[in-house]
Amino acid sequence: MKLKGAEIVWECLVREGVEVVFGYPGGANMPIYDAMLNYPVHHVLVRHEQGGAHMADGYARASGKVGVAMATSGPGATNLVTGICTAMMDSVPVVFITGQVAAHLIGGDAFQETDVTGITLPITKHNYLVTRADEIAETLREAFYIARSGRPGPVLVDICKNAQVETCEFVYPEDVRLPGYQPVTRSPRNLLDDAVKLIEKAKKPIILCGHGVIMSNAEEELMQFAVKTQTPVASTLLGLGAFPASHELSLGMMGMHGEAHTNLAIQNSDLILAFGMRFDDRVTGTLKTYAPKAKKIHIEIDPSEVHKNVFVDVPLVGDVKTVVSDLIPLVDEYDHDEWKQEINGWKNEADSRSIMNWEEDGKLYVAHLIADIWKATGGGAIVTTDVGQHQMWTAQYYQLDKPNRWITSGGAGTMGFGLPSAIGAWFAAKDQEIWAVAGDGGFQMTAAELTTAVQEGANVKVAIMNNSFLGMVRQWQEFFFEKRYSAVNMLAPDFVKLAEAHGVPAKRVTKREEVNEAIEWARSIKGPAVLEFRVEMEDAVYPMVPAGAALHEMIRRPVKA
Amino acid sequence: MNYTFIALVENKPGVLNRVASLFRRRNFNIESLAVGRTENPEVSRMTVVVDCPNGDMDAHRIEANLYKLVNVIDVQDVTHQPVVTRDLALIKVRVGPERRAEVNGLTEIFRARIVDVAPDSVIVEITGTEDKIEGMIELLCPIGIVEMVRTGQISMTRGVHDGVRRMPGMESRRYEDVMEMAEMMP
Repeated sequence: MKLKGAEIVWECLVREGVEVVFGYPGGANMPIYDAMLNYPVHHVLVRHEQGGAHMADGYARASGKVGVAMATSGPGATNLVTGICTAMMDSVPVVFITGQVAAHLIGGDAFQETDVTGITLPITKHNYLVTRADEIAETLREAFYIARSGRPGPVLVDICKNAQVETCEFVYPEDVRLPGYQPVTRSPRNLLDDAVKLIEKAKKPIILCGHGVIMSNAEEELMQFAVKTQTPVASTLLGLGAFPASHELSLGMMGMHGEAHTNLAIQNSDLILAFGMRFDDRVTGTLKTYAPKAKKIHIEIDPSEVHKNVFVDVPLVGDVKTVVSDLIPLVDEYDHDEWKQEINGWKNEADSRSIMNWEEDGKLYVAHLIADIWKATGGGAIVTTDVGQHQMWTAQYYQLDKPNRWITSGGAGTMGFGLPSAIGAWFAAKDQEIWAVAGDGGFQMTAAELTTAVQEGANVKVAIMNNSFLGMVRQWQEFFFEKRYSAVNMLAPDFVKLAEAHGVPAKRVTKREEVNEAIEWARSIKGPAVLEFRVEMEDAVYPMVPAGAALHEMIRRPVKA
Repeated sequence: MNYTFIALVENKPGVLNRVASLFRRRNFNIESLAVGRTENPEVSRMTVVVDCPNGDMDAHRIEANLYKLVNVIDVQDVTHQPVVTRDLALIKVRVGPERRAEVNGLTEIFRARIVDVAPDSVIVEITGTEDKIEGMIELLCPIGIVEMVRTGQISMTRGVHDGVRRMPGMESRRYEDVMEMAEMMP
């Protein structure tokens, strides 16, 4: 069957099971957009390509499938860059398809020509420049395979305009042949035995659960392992939801803004079992004093993560699901009661400082608002965030029992991620309640996507935590720069009017007693709604491990007089 | 200390850029990088010499990161293996007829060759290990080096020896296996 290159693009997407594409047309991808009309794939016209990239990312995280975003050449493609980097840092499978000028024009600085494969080389798992129609099918087949397999990640396919309009025989490749790409899934028995020996000796073991557990659908195996060995489970920011927060073995989040008792448990542990996490600086604090008494077992699919930040005693390279299933029958049952009691002691002390136990003083604290949204939604919503204080409070207080509902930019820390990723998530889970929590700063970065939400009828609720500051930067200036506030006072537009101008119903909340009613009002609306909360201006996220400090050296919330 | 890696990569446009970009991004220090074809037209071979201040830990990181590149088919560390290593240099020396005999003498001692003679210069071609070439350069310097070019180090393990492969699942691989795999490429 002879087809145009542009048609082959859609033939491939349909065969990959793609239902929705987030994109923006332009000169260099017009043939693809022309061919699109004949294929059963829904296209979402975004307002900025960055929004499209985050939507595809949010879709991928909520669905577990590969997201797809499209843009034209030049500025269209460069606008994707922040979104590609975000997906890369968090290992999210997204295929980006960009238009490129005709092959014979490449290198001549043609109109809207940019070296997109060059620009995205370090922020993609792999990328391709396609110059001929007969390369398209094989390339897209490989792109989807690479994006979702091994350690997932973004793959960019840059397709020259001539390749889109030329015709060729369409053959969809049966399988991919990539001699240089063979992810390892299983660890050898001798290493598993080494791990078991460490587990047998451990008196104070702790599991560090990362995003890899969710990416490999290993929640069930994690639960079995943790319960059988009675090992407490701490989570990275992106691992939240992999292990139920309400479970007695759950310690919640670790790291810079992790729970105090969790960080203390890590520092005092004698065995760390790292499941699909990469010892990021935000979870370790300074490496010099990180978990000094602990032996370390690292289950990780990407061999380049092994020994990267922390030297480990037993590296188990492979898929978390497979490796943990292989481990479970080899380990004995334990109770570790003393260890759990020790941790509980720290927990009780931490609870006494928690803002959740403060009496109402009429002020709006973000932590309380997140807990209110959590209660109203039964803890079951998909929650996306921007980056900063509100993100950390949401991580701390929107306690998740299920995976794939927590969508946040962890590694890259991308502001403006919340709203578009929520819209993307809606396409993956239209029957679920979806909340985007944003700060006043981040929301303004991608607020134009409100119109996209209206055009698509996306049922997402936006909670803007407006403290009239770039809150996290302000907090750092307060703690580490002698409260010299520099470029953090932010004038915001009237968010209610802004939302209404986009056709989105909105309410402003300034008083404690208005909160629950406003949340219920937003939930009752079909389609998008915006709530602006005027929150306490100079509240800080606690506990906090200062950058470069040891994990147990936390700044704690002052005890209220 | 310097480590030597042999990488077999797909012979496709942009692969050298991917490797070079990786070394820059991960902050590895390349001492020498030589690329060329192999007996298989689909496969290029790179010899990369990298400064590894943390020894085997750095070598592990380099191997692991190279494998993250989809176009990299195989990586071996030949640092501690029996290996033949060569570098080739062309050195243009400013020399008139009166001192030509001196250069000729040095050339014979180093088993180098004079490959071009002009009225006031000669080009010396020398192959050998880096040490040998450095030695020759040192002696030619006082006479007057006008221009010099070097290929960078290339290495091949002796006999049936193969380099060390640290990555899981790759440990028992042989060069022949890799080339056979490469034959199956589309």
